[in-house]
Amino acid sequence: MLQEHLSILFESVFSKNLALSFFLGMCTFLALSKNMKTAIGLGMAVVVVQGITVPVNNLIYQLLASFDLEFLGLISYIGTIAAMVQILEMFLDRYVPALYNQLGIFLPLITVNCAILGGSLLMIEQQMTFPQSVTYGVSSGLGWALALCALAGVREKLKYNDIPAGLRGLGITFITVGLMAMAFLAFAGIEI
Amino acid sequence: MQPNETISETPQAGFDPNSPVGTFVVALALCLVCSFVVSFAAVALKPLQEKNAKNKMMRNVLIAAGIWENGKHTDADIPQLFQNVSVILWDLPEGETTGSQNTTLNLDDYDQQKAVSTVEGSIAIPTDLDLAGIKKREKVSRVYIVRTADGGIDKLVLPVYGKGLWSTLYGFLAVDASTHESRGITFYKHAETPGLGGEVDNPKWKAHWADAKSPLQLRDAEGNVVLDVTKPGNANQPNEVDGLSGATITSNGVENTIRYWLGKNAFGPMLDQLASGTVPFTLPESGSADSAVDGVSNPEVATPTETATDESSSPTDDEASTPDAASAPANETTN
Amino acid sequence: MASKAKDALFDPVFKRNPIALLVLGICSALAVTTVFDKAVVMAISVTVVTACSSALVSLIRNLIPNSIRIIVEMTVIASMVILVDQLLKAFLPGIADQLSVFVGLIITNCIVMGRAEGFALKNGPWLSFLDGIGNGLGYSVILLFLGAVREIFGSGTLTLPGLGPLTILPLTADGGFYVRNGLMLMPPSAFFLIGLFIWGLRTVYPNQVEKD
Repeated sequence: MLQEHLSILFESVFSKNLALSFFLGMCTFLALSKNMKTAIGLGMAVVVVQGITVPVNNLIYQLLASFDLEFLGLISYIGTIAAMVQILEMFLDRYVPALYNQLGIFLPLITVNCAILGGSLLMIEQQMTFPQSVTYGVSSGLGWALALCALAGVREKLKYNDIPAGLRGLGITFITVGLMAMAFLAFAGIEI
Repeated sequence: MQPNETISETPQAGFDPNSPVGTFVVALALCLVCSFVVSFAAVALKPLQEKNAKNKMMRNVLIAAGIWENGKHTDADIPQLFQNVSVILWDLPEGETTGSQNTTLNLDDYDQQKAVSTVEGSIAIPTDLDLAGIKKREKVSRVYIVRTADGGIDKLVLPVYGKGLWSTLYGFLAVDASTHESRGITFYKHAETPGLGGEVDNPKWKAHWADAKSPLQLRDAEGNVVLDVTKPGNANQPNEVDGLSGATITSNGVENTIRYWLGKNAFGPMLDQLASGTVPFTLPESGSADSAVDGVSNPEVATPTETATDESSSPTDDEASTPDAASAPANETTN
Repeated sequence: MASKAKDALFDPVFKRNPIALLVLGICSALAVTTVFDKAVVMAISVTVVTACSSALVSLIRNLIPNSIRIIVEMTVIASMVILVDQLLKAFLPGIADQLSVFVGLIITNCIVMGRAEGFALKNGPWLSFLDGIGNGLGYSVILLFLGAVREIFGSGTLTLPGLGPLTILPLTADGGFYVRNGLMLMPPSAFFLIGLFIWGLRTVYPNQVEKD
């Protein structure tokens, strides 16, 4: 039981990283990885939202499946995500203002982050049970956050390099991400 | 769809979408319109989608059995090609039982893939027995039986699946009913590395599994699974097949998948009985195999079946029944 | 008017390419480009969804309450995506299987949402439709470029929709001269290729170079 969850954790953080092997959440990934501080804030927000929406979508899927309404899945998942983000935002604002100040600006961005919807869709494709989906939600968020922070670290250093004009900014970032993705490929096939 | 909504809303003089009532009305109207459009499309297209899914399965059974020829056959040929194939539902071994034919479930309605994800339809596999790395499996599986021209049993096509490097590989394995030699293999769903593990789709590699001149021995006379997927270039025994180069984990995955599914916890006991001459299931008489075929084919396309049945010497019948058919190179998965 | 329509249609292809300049909608661009025909189907799906949802949002733009603007746009887009998904499953089952979750992910493709929010809310349906097509084409250009390069160098073939794989570079395994480049079929190559594509684009349009 524990082993099963550990292997989900390892897989979704390293060998099946949402950002680096499924390319999910790339828009925000590239746009907000310029410095470490923002990256950490966004990373935390993604872990929290992912940890909530994936299990909730698991329940919704089971409900829809029992009525044979799987085709409504997509629209329900995205609705759930939007609603959850909104509720989380209000909750944090009211009860944990310190955290809200930190995560606040990132929360609305997350609704349209494909890593969040992608996490839910991949969870459903793998036919996970509810406890598995909890682990998967949190750990896939962690994997995404890890990739984001790693990239932010590299980009902070890149500022001091002399890069050809056309490659500056976006171009070199893509190539950096490519190299990171190659490094993560080495985790393939490792099982706990 | 949406344009209608515009027409229905605009005439309301002084309609203010930003008022609370307006917001509510717009939200409600949008939900109704969208859910109607989506549901309509889903319901209208469902029969077509189900037919596609069925055809895909049947096509892959035919590919594994070596009956399907790429480029020559199309989906329209499936009912006719399935003439010599009977389908049964088989209760897989559970605890002490060795498996038997299932008579309670309806062949038409049974959704094998869905069964795996339900509590009632599946059982957990103990870790020490879980060679294929799939954690749980369905209790009841379809078994496709390819008949000889005189109604005997030529080979079985068994659904198999197991873990490779990145993903679970889903496929069909054709096994000779008496000698337990491989007659063909195909994988219809996997996400292995293209060019390395993804070469499980490669017709050249699959041809080793359907080679009639030097057949691949999957099980020995005692019923042990002897198949060995070796390092590339090392296969020289009848029970050995070359692995895929650069894809050790995928190759081992294929070996372990077959070891599990032909082993004593899956189809093993059934194969043992067949080898010793007992037929553990009841089959319709050859020539009246329609009921089994209809079980998986579409009612609309069942008409040609009747006309073709009377003439048992149609070319496809011969092709399916002669052992040489197995030597035809396995075709690339069209999917 | 004519030139405005022309701009709406053609500017996004190179001058304001949504992927290369605005970093929008890359997620799906990368995962579906290992085989050319997958890339073609994905490009068409995204173009259709962007164009139709922009036009629809623009049609009802005066009726959308401000407070639930985003969710209204999302609902329209999601419905379009489900329609496309269902149609693909019914008529192109083989390709729909391979695209798996990525058709669904068109919903969160920032191009679609970005055009609905940034253009369709301020312009008429016809212009929005053209703008959607234009942005879809800009996305398609990169997708098709990636799909072609990755498949030709990775597998030595080019799979055109409906025609099956055509051999471009005969592989050594089949007696040809070309040793396949396996990396082309792996995720990292997509990043490298987009990086190089952006470099090329910014050499032609130097005003797109970033300042920092």
